[in-house]
Amino acid sequence: MSVDYGSPLIQVKGLGKQFGDLKVLEGINLDIYKGDVVFVVGPSGSGKSTFLRCLNRLEESTAGHIYFEGADITDPKVNIDLHRQKMGMVFQQFNLFPHMDVLKNMTMAPMKLQKKSQGEAEKEAMALLERVGLADRAHAYPSQLSGGQKQRIAIVRALAMKPDVMLFDEPTSALDPEMVGEVLNVMRDLARERMTMVVVTHEMGFAREVATRVMFMENGNFLEEAPPEAFFGSPKNERLKAFLSKVL
Amino acid sequence: MSQAIYLNFIKDDRWKYITDGLKVTLEVTLFAVLIGIAIGFLIAVVRSTYDKTGKLKLLNGICKIYLTVIRGTPVLVQLMIIYFVIFGPVKISKVLVAVISFGINSGAYVAEIFRSGIMSIDQGQFEAGRSLGFNYVQTMWHIIMPQAFKNVLPALGNEFISLLKETSVGSYIALQDLTKGGDIIRSRTYDAFTPLIAVALIYLGLVLLFSWLVQILERRLRQSER
Ligand SMILES: Nc1ncnc2c1ncn2[C@@H]1O[C@H](COP(=O)(O)OP(=O)(O)OP(=O)(O)O)[C@@H](O)[C@H]1O
Ligand SMILES: [Mg+2]
Repeated sequence: MSVDYGSPLIQVKGLGKQFGDLKVLEGINLDIYKGDVVFVVGPSGSGKSTFLRCLNRLEESTAGHIYFEGADITDPKVNIDLHRQKMGMVFQQFNLFPHMDVLKNMTMAPMKLQKKSQGEAEKEAMALLERVGLADRAHAYPSQLSGGQKQRIAIVRALAMKPDVMLFDEPTSALDPEMVGEVLNVMRDLARERMTMVVVTHEMGFAREVATRVMFMENGNFLEEAPPEAFFGSPKNERLKAFLSKVL
Repeated sequence: MSQAIYLNFIKDDRWKYITDGLKVTLEVTLFAVLIGIAIGFLIAVVRSTYDKTGKLKLLNGICKIYLTVIRGTPVLVQLMIIYFVIFGPVKISKVLVAVISFGINSGAYVAEIFRSGIMSIDQGQFEAGRSLGFNYVQTMWHIIMPQAFKNVLPALGNEFISLLKETSVGSYIALQDLTKGGDIIRSRTYDAFTPLIAVALIYLGLVLLFSWLVQILERRLRQSER
């Protein structure tokens, strides 16, 4: 287990987000290093998704800066599309493209954006499918897949771009309980390979198991940050204690 | 009965008014729908780009005026303005005028069909595309449009069907379409019943045929969902 504490991969400085008059995030600071597996937990409506979506600018922040691989990606002049190629994102609702088969879902971005040949893109996609045990579903359409399969495909679709960081927003919340495990297995493997990950989840056991750090968000800010043993074993913040007593 | 059919359709090859008129009706409808699709597509792109990003404000304003005017006035008045006012001094084929007029008219309705098609695609599809690194245009083109287009194909089929009937007002500018064909026969034979009922039956047959095709299309599309 090694996190590279050289210069941060992602640096969040004074991040704020308002929807009209509603302040959702305020004064957030966070450094994410290469190999970090950062879990974000907290009550519903605390701003976890908004925070994650600000990281790749699906949501435009209204204050502060985010530096990704040295570049200020909150700068309006920056070409965010290029940076997003290096930031994979996995959604609660999978968001596979229903009009394409699995292979096309996975090869479209590498071919169109990284100018890979079809052969090369398909070879890499098949290797990824192999890894998550879905090689036999390469020509299936999303509607023919179970929820767990969809989410595993969504993960490898993002991985096909060879991102430097993966963002997960409650990747197992829309799944039937018996399918949660297969998705967590894939994420666990990624964490073991030291993929840098930021994960919003309600799966506390999983956070405890694979996180390098766990963050507690409430009312748009991080109230506590600690390695998982300390976070779950000896929480300091009263709000966190109350939260944990409810969810554990 | 056979006397009437002879008089109205066989004598002097009068059936040709019907078949030639039918050809014009189908021609005008088809090309007008194609123009309508082109206009409607462009407007829908402008309008939904504005809705999603706030860009293209001026174009969006122009589109809104177009939609308001076209949908707020009768198609016959539009046709007559285009024929007598805009092309008044120029000699121009009536078929072309009809194609342009009905195309411009249809564009306003097709625009809303496309727009609702685009809006019906889950926002998550858009976000998934953007998060992979596709820009706005690429995401629209590769991810949103193919799904939206599939969703609206039946509605486009229905637009074709209503346009098919609507083009009959073309006879006001003496467009030699199916309706006019029947009317010419009536004026020759002084028998209104036979030619006009025949024309009505042909329209009805066409509408039923195309509705049936649209239904088949709908069923196909639903199957390919699975
Ligand atoms: N597009 C939006 N417009 C207005 N308010 C929003 C928008 N998106 C989120 N919010 C508000 O921002 C707050 C934080 O929402 P967010 O989705 O980030 O919470 P969350 O921590 O992810 O919650 P959950 O655990 O339920 O997913 C909520 O009060 C929400 O209503
Ligand atoms: Mg959320």
